[in-house]
Amino acid sequence: MNCYLGIDIGSISTKGVIIDDNNKIITSSYIWTEGNPVTSVKKLINILKNNLDKKYVVKGIGTTGSARKLIGLLLDANVVKNEIMAHAIGTLSIYPDVKTILEIGGQDSKIILLNNGIITDYAMNTLCAAGTGSFLSSQAKRLNINIEDFGNLALKSNNPVKIAARCTVFAESDLIHKAQVGYKKEDIVAGLCKSIVLNYLNNVGKGKKIKSPVIFQGGVSKNLGVLKYFKEILNTDVIVDPNSHLMGALGIAILSKKNSSNKIYDLNIQDVSFDTKAIDCGGCSNNCEILRIYKDNKLIDIWGNRCDKYIKI
Amino acid sequence: MGNYYIPAKYLLSHIVDAEIIIPPFITAKTVELGSKYSPDFVCTPFKYTLGTMIESLEQGASILIQFGGGCRYGYYSELQEQILKDLGYKFELLNLITNGKANIKRIYKMIKRIDKKFNIIKGLYYLYITKNMVKYMDKIDDYVRKNIGFEVNKNSFDNLNKEMLDRFSKVNNPINLYVLYKKYFRKFKKINIKKPKKCLKVGVIGELYTLMEPFSNYYLEKELASFNIEIKRFTNVNYLLFKNKKTIKKALKKSKKYMKYKMGADASSNIYWTKYLCDKKYDGIIHIKSSFCTPEIGSMPIIDKIASNYNVPIIYFSFDANTSEVGIKTRLEAFYDMIEMRRQ
Repeated sequence: MNCYLGIDIGSISTKGVIIDDNNKIITSSYIWTEGNPVTSVKKLINILKNNLDKKYVVKGIGTTGSARKLIGLLLDANVVKNEIMAHAIGTLSIYPDVKTILEIGGQDSKIILLNNGIITDYAMNTLCAAGTGSFLSSQAKRLNINIEDFGNLALKSNNPVKIAARCTVFAESDLIHKAQVGYKKEDIVAGLCKSIVLNYLNNVGKGKKIKSPVIFQGGVSKNLGVLKYFKEILNTDVIVDPNSHLMGALGIAILSKKNSSNKIYDLNIQDVSFDTKAIDCGGCSNNCEILRIYKDNKLIDIWGNRCDKYIKI
Repeated sequence: MGNYYIPAKYLLSHIVDAEIIIPPFITAKTVELGSKYSPDFVCTPFKYTLGTMIESLEQGASILIQFGGGCRYGYYSELQEQILKDLGYKFELLNLITNGKANIKRIYKMIKRIDKKFNIIKGLYYLYITKNMVKYMDKIDDYVRKNIGFEVNKNSFDNLNKEMLDRFSKVNNPINLYVLYKKYFRKFKKINIKKPKKCLKVGVIGELYTLMEPFSNYYLEKELASFNIEIKRFTNVNYLLFKNKKTIKKALKKSKKYMKYKMGADASSNIYWTKYLCDKKYDGIIHIKSSFCTPEIGSMPIIDKIASNYNVPIIYFSFDANTSEVGIKTRLEAFYDMIEMRRQ
């Protein structure tokens, strides 16, 4: 039987799903990227392969997320697409009538508006990481709270503290101030969750008409505190799918299915060596950083050139 | 700024007896130099032009020319002069525009000081040729932007453009220039293109420098062309120098519903163009500006309103001296996917 692999390599976590011809998830996995996408993808594929029945053959591979290009090369993927498309397609396969997708990931957040299954508008956070998962996790570390317990702790609070929502630097100084005047931990945590929501709606969601059904996904969607404040502030129901963290991977797997040919992919990549070597060109004062990608010591691609000097492999 | 150094050099080399130094093309080093000596929160073109000035001074330039006006641009030349003098460079900076106006008498005196033999009749004659040259270049560029995404042989537009500019820089009378322009326009139209009847069309608007200097917008137009998109851009030097006032007047009249008074720099024009693009049923609009560009920040809520009234997708980019290129590519790619999906 045919199956298709979708991998979403984010800044914080690497997600993978394998689907069958009916877009049903056969197996999935979620692991930390730990700053090394190649190693984490190898690990991920190993897990997926061990859970996969022998009767399936992989007919397509798609990659998305910030390391999509590199991993796309490594796996010889037939589809390499940006996260926005992947998330929209993935969500549409489960909720065909979705109108708004709120997504907060590790280093970026986005909003996607849809109408009749077509993306009509989207926005992504711009310059800073305010209101993203990495801010939450760094604050959890500061408060010495496990990130998994963060949401539950927030739910206990009846009196969330007010924290500046615009900028992480201000948020952090607010946070310290509140802690030093003796607020309870749960109130501070709840305030943080609320500030994430306000920040998201003020920056990414600025000027966008949020219509229900609203779906919330990305790693932060697992945080019940953030979910609660989204519901409260938007004054509408916000759906979080049990697989909300896998939507990008699911979407890209579906896209890879659509583009699949008869090629059969091998998932034995554990022993493939994959290196990136960087040199500074020095040919002109642009001094481009030329990245050379080697697979099994064979040069397969060159990135980073602004001119034609390094265009040939 | 783009290819406009060619007419600028043409004009100067014909009217004054001085060696004209063409600064090196903007590279990462230019930006680094400029940012190092600029206030951090100044708009990005300041950093780019300051970097270029430093590079020109290093090459031996003794006279620099700057314009100014419209917005914060009006303070550029005084501030840049001060920064460069503090750095110890010895030079003279000619600011052609003061108080938002080009005073001919003042400019005449300035040129006379550089070159005592300067002849005003000759000056005006070459100014006329240069004005036409800019006009023709912009007309050709407009055609190129609409079609370059569909060229069959790679670089055929770029190569012909280079050839044409080279010929332009050698003309010596307006008729000669006109004949060349006509000839090359025909040549451009003969370039082999594969353009579907209903291709995707995107309008690019925003702040002038970021729009016109490809290095500062990370070659956005090139990227769009690679997706096979027809591009429309209104801002060019011909507009800025010769048609600005007329356009703003027209803008106020045609988009009365959205604005009442003139806004700074090109904000009013951009609002009008947004409406125009929406009326013409473009598939999407891209608004780009340098960070902290105040007039454009003022225009954005209105542009947003128009786009949502017409249900045309719009995306905003704000570039600073060191924006991550990968992030821009992801957003552009997604924008392309979206407008293509909307088409279907």
